[in-house]
Amino acid sequence: MSDALWYFARGSGVVSIVLLTIVVVLGIGSRSGKPAFGLPRFAVSLLHRNAALLAVVLVAGHVISLLFDPYAQLRLFDIVLPFAGNYRPVWQGLGTLAFDLLVAIIVTSLLRHRLGARTWRVVHWLAYLCWPVALVHGLGTGSDNGTWWLWTISIACAVTVAAAVGWRLSTGFSRFPARAERRVAPRLRKELEEVR
Amino acid sequence: MKLHVDWTACDGRGVCTELLEEVLVEDDWGFPVARDGQRSPTVPPPLEAAARQAVDRCPMLALKLRSR
Amino acid sequence: MTSVAEAPVARVERRLLDGELGLDAHLARHGRLPVLDGSQIIGMARDAGLTGRGGAGFPVWRKLSAVAAGGGAAVVVANGAEGEPASKKDRALLAYQPNLVLDGLQLVATATTAEGAHLYAPKAALPALRALLAARAAAGLDRRPVTLHAAPDAFVSGEESAVVSAINGRGAVPADKRIRVVQAGVGGAPTLVQNVETLAHLALIARYGAGWFLSAGTPDEPGTFLATISGAVRRPGVVEAGYGVPLGELIAAAGGATMHLQAVLIGGYHGGWVPADPALPVSRQTLQPYGASPGAGVIVALPAGACGLGETARITGYLAEQVAGQCGPCINGLPRMAATLADLAARRPRAGLAAEAERLARLVSGRGACHHPDGTARLVLSAMRIFEADVAAHLNGRCLAAEGQR
Repeated sequence: MSDALWYFARGSGVVSIVLLTIVVVLGIGSRSGKPAFGLPRFAVSLLHRNAALLAVVLVAGHVISLLFDPYAQLRLFDIVLPFAGNYRPVWQGLGTLAFDLLVAIIVTSLLRHRLGARTWRVVHWLAYLCWPVALVHGLGTGSDNGTWWLWTISIACAVTVAAAVGWRLSTGFSRFPARAERRVAPRLRKELEEVR
Repeated sequence: MKLHVDWTACDGRGVCTELLEEVLVEDDWGFPVARDGQRSPTVPPPLEAAARQAVDRCPMLALKLRSR
Repeated sequence: MTSVAEAPVARVERRLLDGELGLDAHLARHGRLPVLDGSQIIGMARDAGLTGRGGAGFPVWRKLSAVAAGGGAAVVVANGAEGEPASKKDRALLAYQPNLVLDGLQLVATATTAEGAHLYAPKAALPALRALLAARAAAGLDRRPVTLHAAPDAFVSGEESAVVSAINGRGAVPADKRIRVVQAGVGGAPTLVQNVETLAHLALIARYGAGWFLSAGTPDEPGTFLATISGAVRRPGVVEAGYGVPLGELIAAAGGATMHLQAVLIGGYHGGWVPADPALPVSRQTLQPYGASPGAGVIVALPAGACGLGETARITGYLAEQVAGQCGPCINGLPRMAATLADLAARRPRAGLAAEAERLARLVSGRGACHHPDGTARLVLSAMRIFEADVAAHLNGRCLAAEGQR
């Protein structure tokens, strides 16, 4: 039984990083405003959201299975508090950190209409921190580190995200490269001292 | 229902023009234009579900539906 | 209402701008404000048919009622920002008869039971106003203290929501209108923003009655307005007249035209071109067919020999530079429209140039947080109509104005 938990934890962890990779790439795709991957814009956006929710389910399974696993000796507060674990605290701590960031990103996204676009966007940028932390966590911890297949999957994920980020930073990313940037004119901010 | 566009927030990402192509088209720069030419275009009842989805999916939260 | 059975007069007439300078002269001439309650003030504004003099011409009593109905602590703001380069009337009023403005500010504060009163005006006008507020306080005139704010010198800085944003410390930036400032403005309170000239009119109505106010202007558009007249006139400056005043009389009050006039821009940079017909009455109703309105009373006389398309291209270029920078259609559309007009004015014709200018004007209309794109489009469309012959000539590489044919 305990072996089954361990196998499930490892498997769900690997599937999670693959899903999160897909989520990140779809997120970048939906930011472009171009129909990406042969899909209309709104479909990219919906797929991004649904893949993210699926990834959350997998990550939750990953964490819950470890909670009951005798090897990992995960305590409840290890789910929230990084780098305090008994089993490979640094590598496990990265997992906790990625999990915390993921929860923040998901919760703010679900409450987006209440929080406002600005707060949501600032928190959403943490995805660029969450994903690499999760990837490194997967490479460093568990009994699969050093196996050729985990390295292959991880490198494939890294290459995919790197390519997407490269596209994001390229000039061809925006649909309308010649479009003027929206920015409040500085002259409207001047001379605003209260006189009395 | 009327669709209100907050132009101070709209970034012309083009999600609404896909979801509500009966109501909105894109201008030369990808920003939505009301087909009926109104400041806040009218959303006919059959399109209200699509309009709600556009409001929900707008990456900039620039759209609002209002009853008048 | 007026009991005198005579038609109101639409002519050059000094009401606001009459009288000597200074607080003593103001009190000697007009006396202190009569004691009125809120509903009396709103009733007088309604009976007088007083409309906003900042450009939009919205009925004052309705805005007052909306803010008064908002409940809680309201805020009133006298708006003296005058970003429009061709307008000088608010500065003139604040320089010559600021007491009427401050009286009017107290009146609207009473009408809306406001706790906070603010005056927002160009920085140069503030030192004198601060001294005057001190003198009025010493004379026991103002029930509510007035806070002064410097308005940035920019075209859109006087827009209602920009005024509120500036006082809230976030820059003079127009805001989305889903929530109006009469509902939530300065500090989130129901807020009345009223042009300084409008407040000055209200100060006179409170003393002399709605009937007196109605004796100037037209039955539909009563009262006088301040006009800033510039361009090809001998004495450019600020003139006061009743709505419906013939254009020729306004030009005459500014010393008359220096040469034959080709057209007149009415309503300012967001206004419209009209023919230089001396008999044309200056009122909302009579200017409407030209797509123009008296607006904030800006009148620019264009002499024969000056190219109307060139002048329109210059103004459009200025307006494109003056965008607040928030709204996509405006920051992209206005520079494109200005470039199109510039090509037309400089006689660089290409296929569909005139149609492109009109298309862009219609494209940006109604698609911004404020009316900056709409006003710019109105100017361009009116130019394309009034200077139609010159548009055709320019497309053939000629300019009628330069050839002396207009």
